[in-house]
Amino acid sequence: MSLPIKVRQMLVVFISGTVAIALASMALAYQASLIPASRLVNPDELVKILQSAKSEKPLMIQVGSHVLYTQAHIPGSEYVGPASSESGLQSLRKRVESLPRSKFIVLYCGCCPWSHCPNVKPADDALHAMGFTNVKILYIANNFGADWVEKGYPVAKGD
Amino acid sequence: MKRWILLGLALIVVVAGLYLMTRHHGVRVGIGGAGSGEHSLAPDFSLPDLTGQRLDLSSYRGKVVLLDFWATWCDPCRDEIPHFVDLQNKYGGQGLQIIGVSMDDGPEPVRDFYHRFKMNYPVVMGNAKMGELYGGILGLPIAFLIGRDGRIRAKHIGATDISVFEKEIKAAL
Repeated sequence: MSLPIKVRQMLVVFISGTVAIALASMALAYQASLIPASRLVNPDELVKILQSAKSEKPLMIQVGSHVLYTQAHIPGSEYVGPASSESGLQSLRKRVESLPRSKFIVLYCGCCPWSHCPNVKPADDALHAMGFTNVKILYIANNFGADWVEKGYPVAKGD
Repeated sequence: MKRWILLGLALIVVVAGLYLMTRHHGVRVGIGGAGSGEHSLAPDFSLPDLTGQRLDLSSYRGKVVLLDFWATWCDPCRDEIPHFVDLQNKYGGQGLQIIGVSMDDGPEPVRDFYHRFKMNYPVVMGNAKMGELYGGILGLPIAFLIGRDGRIRAKHIGATDISVFEKEIKAAL
């Protein structure tokens, strides 16, 4: 490699910049994947919690699409709007503002494969910023149809 | 210096590898809900498009229809749209008609998206009833390929490689 030093330096800067941009893009594109595993609850675990007489029942909030919610949602869960939009986030904040910060809350969406879900991370961040300490995110790997409805877990329809 | 360049290149390879690993690939399924299985007649619907005019699926009988359930906030759906625009350009003359069914909560973001992405095929606003007609649209994107005889030839759940669609479309035309 006999390139002049300036060219080499420019090459290094270019490569570093490309890598940094690529990493930043990935972080944005796969933001749900940034939620720590300790904050997640799997569908079968949530079903056990809901069916157990002893367990504290969570407030369940769907933070995705209304059309999807109307077709199928977890019985007892509430719809607030897509948390990827400011109006959805506002509805979420309004719904929980009067609750004790230790309230057990489960957020879920299921619109898209987990790594592409645009809603759960902003919703989780919003509750975290408000001081909620007992929030879990339902881990839906593919979509609500495949990972909840087709598994035979309880489903409700309508508004 | 050479070591740094090699390190940079290695990082790019790692990033590209990670990206490919995390990409979600759709699945082709044979069975949906009632009326949405392969080879069954595609359920008819009549819904307003973005201009307010009604679109009837039955009026496209004789064409190969790619029915794409999507939403503006769905990343994998957005990735597919420019490819669908290309497919419509390429095969429209041979009888392909792509129809988008938006599962957004309202038409405003869809209209904006439609113009920004220069979409060249009709988009209707879907609803829960429409979703149930097609076996429950409980995740996006979901696409159905409908043959000239009005029967469903394939159902794809999740982001699907455009070459898969193209191969199926060519076979159906």
